[in-house]
Amino acid sequence: MSAPTYDLGKLHGGLRLPGHKSESTAQAIQDVPIPSQLVLPITQHVGDAAQPVVAIGERVLKGQLLAAAEGSLSAPVHASSSGTVLAIEPWPVGRRNGEPAPCVVIECDGKDEAMPAPEARPDYKNLSPEDLLAEILQGGIVGLGGAVFPTAQKLMQARTCEIDHLLLNGVECESYISCDDMLMRERAVEIISGAKILMHALQINVCFIAVESDKPEAIRQIAEALAQTNDARIVIKQVPTIYPSGGEDQLVQLVTNREVPSGGLPSDVGCLVQNVGTAAAIHDWIVCGQPLISRVTTVTGDGVNKPMNVRARIGTTIEHIIKFTGGYSDRARQLIIGGPMTGNSVTTDRVPLVKATNCILVSSETPSTGPELPCIRCGECAVVCPVQLLPQQLFWYACADDEVKLREFGLTDCIECGCCDVVCPSHIPLTADFRVAKGRIRELADEKARAARARLRFEARNDRLRRERVERETQLANQKASAKRAGPAAIAEILKRRKQDKGDEE
Amino acid sequence: MEFQRREAPFLIPAVSVSSMMLQVLAALVPAAIAHVWFFGPGFILNLLVAAIFATAGEALMLSLRSRRPETGLTDYSALVTAALLAFALPSLTPWWVTATGALFAVIVAKHLYGGLGFNIFNPAMAGYVVILVAFPMHLNLWVAPRMGDLDYQHLTILQTLQFTLTGGLPDAISFDAISRATPLDVMKSGLNNARTAAEIRAIPIMGDFGGRGWEWIGNFLAIGGFWLMIRKIIRWQIPVGVGLGLLVPATIFYMVDPGSHASPGFHLFGGATILCAFFIATDPVSAATSPRGRLIYGIGIGLIIYCIRRWGSYADGVAFAVLLMNMAVPAIDKLTRPHIIGHNDRSNTSD
Repeated sequence: MSAPTYDLGKLHGGLRLPGHKSESTAQAIQDVPIPSQLVLPITQHVGDAAQPVVAIGERVLKGQLLAAAEGSLSAPVHASSSGTVLAIEPWPVGRRNGEPAPCVVIECDGKDEAMPAPEARPDYKNLSPEDLLAEILQGGIVGLGGAVFPTAQKLMQARTCEIDHLLLNGVECESYISCDDMLMRERAVEIISGAKILMHALQINVCFIAVESDKPEAIRQIAEALAQTNDARIVIKQVPTIYPSGGEDQLVQLVTNREVPSGGLPSDVGCLVQNVGTAAAIHDWIVCGQPLISRVTTVTGDGVNKPMNVRARIGTTIEHIIKFTGGYSDRARQLIIGGPMTGNSVTTDRVPLVKATNCILVSSETPSTGPELPCIRCGECAVVCPVQLLPQQLFWYACADDEVKLREFGLTDCIECGCCDVVCPSHIPLTADFRVAKGRIRELADEKARAARARLRFEARNDRLRRERVERETQLANQKASAKRAGPAAIAEILKRRKQDKGDEE
Repeated sequence: MEFQRREAPFLIPAVSVSSMMLQVLAALVPAAIAHVWFFGPGFILNLLVAAIFATAGEALMLSLRSRRPETGLTDYSALVTAALLAFALPSLTPWWVTATGALFAVIVAKHLYGGLGFNIFNPAMAGYVVILVAFPMHLNLWVAPRMGDLDYQHLTILQTLQFTLTGGLPDAISFDAISRATPLDVMKSGLNNARTAAEIRAIPIMGDFGGRGWEWIGNFLAIGGFWLMIRKIIRWQIPVGVGLGLLVPATIFYMVDPGSHASPGFHLFGGATILCAFFIATDPVSAATSPRGRLIYGIGIGLIIYCIRRWGSYADGVAFAVLLMNMAVPAIDKLTRPHIIGHNDRSNTSD
């Protein structure tokens, strides 16, 4: 059995947040029954929307492809139970704070009839990495930690770099969220199986499973499962319980002591990070043939009666899930999809559970912090910033709209973890301000690119006009020259022909 | 069910400017009590005058600048400025001297630069320097500290009040009877008169480390300062920097020539060193902002204090040291930018 190790790099700053995890880890993961209706957004990943391949009124089976991957960084969407396609229409989704986005709506028949079992699945070990990646793409698998980057494309990108480490991210550093913890407790064997598939796809031999120190039970289960498989390539790394140690770049830094370059990816320093839930989903698809149609999510907060972890079908509405877990308490005022630091608050519980939904946090009203005061330069934000930015300077430049300084001070490196907000005595919404400033920088860059393109077009047009003029002039000169050579008789002949031409036209 | 919408993060900050300022004020209470014990009730009168005028100045400027006065007044920053000014003043100070300092601090040094968060100079120290230049004789009126063994004549609260209001003493009492040079003055003039440091230290008023009364006020200020550090209201860099900047040269000179230099302990507990290290230099607005920058800022203040005490014409140099280093803050901030994770170009700090 491989013991947890501590040979770790250092994370700058961060916060020790109140955990609030024990509320939701008291009981095992509960299965949410089939709802009467499933709402499946066709964009549940970072890239282009998947394209629906079913017609309205068509009967679909559990696991059937509803929308196929199309375009860049796209991932397919599968039906999570059997039923009839009721509509393909806009529906409020959490990703857009409750604003509508296109969804496939299925009226469930309650039979949960699955697709006919495919022929015996080939052993992935006999597949080449390329074939394995193509297979993973078909499973609709995306990063389940919350970033929902399509896993197959992430692996393909990583294969173009020299990768030596696979990191499985079991660091759930945000308060309240415990779905990965529970998954590791209950499905350690499948997670390790997924890790092996990923290692085969990447053709590497080192895998670290990083787990936070506040999850002793998960560490024990993983260690036990590792002892059974007796695979020396996989090692547990225990990381300190500090937010945001579970951020991708922060985890790489913590576990391997390598800095992911600014604007780069972990693959630039030889690492590939996957969430433990993603590893389990890969196992479910590659070994058992079940695409990503359900996930574990944490239902918690003082706004629900019984906090717990549930396994629900993708597309189940939050309303249905909360009803199953025991309903809202009378303190429920805010519905947050995700954790309290980086989540999205939504206005309605009609939004469906999607692949990204790791937590449904229902909380009482956040008390008002009073008016925003001027920055007093206390520097606490710089102390906690995990990227070692100077948020107080960035704030200054964001107010001044100084794009050059914002870039120089690393605004684009901000991971929007929210630590600076929480320690700011002046209660300045720094993260929100930085999000706006980032958007403006992007806009400016787009504008510049557009202007550059317009200039190129303009110059190309000028070139063409000039070229045409020169051509015309040479042609004219040539004509004049040949006319001179031919003499007045020929000119008279040409003039006569022109007149004739004109007469014909009239 | 419908819900409210907010932007992440949803955790509310545990600290606020007003709670920070109140904690700074609370940390000053033990030292204030010690001050009153050793130097009489004048401190309370000075504090009242400074607080009234600082608050009035703040309210006036906030209304002139069309800011909501309630937010500006409830951040308690004007009260902290008043308290620091009161600590810098002798217990016998006429009210107009204190008022000049408080009004200059709040109106000119703070609000004319844009108010809380935008002032380049430490307001309390700017106010102090103005009255040091305008009313030099008033800032030398330090009464003798209470000393158990040999006691001097002390003023009653009414006599103190009379002096604060009129600037004069009852006819029966002469200045010479009640006032004493501060330990730093004694040390400076003694050394200038070619007495040895050991001889000077033997004078009863010099106490064990930094002078009777002063050293106890220093102790209580240090306790308050450590409490602020534990509460993370201030960080260690500036206090440690001030200590290093002052004690390293003090120790070196003392070891080389103990006869004509005061001991490091005297420098630490004498004068306003501790007040400066924990309460004045740590004013975040006018200090450097990166951790490394704050260490440098503190060291600079300590060094300048030593230079002024050793070679300057003033006995103590806290206010000048702080104001001089305030001027250096933009440069320090520029030169001590931390390395952003993921940026290889570590030279980007020196562009």
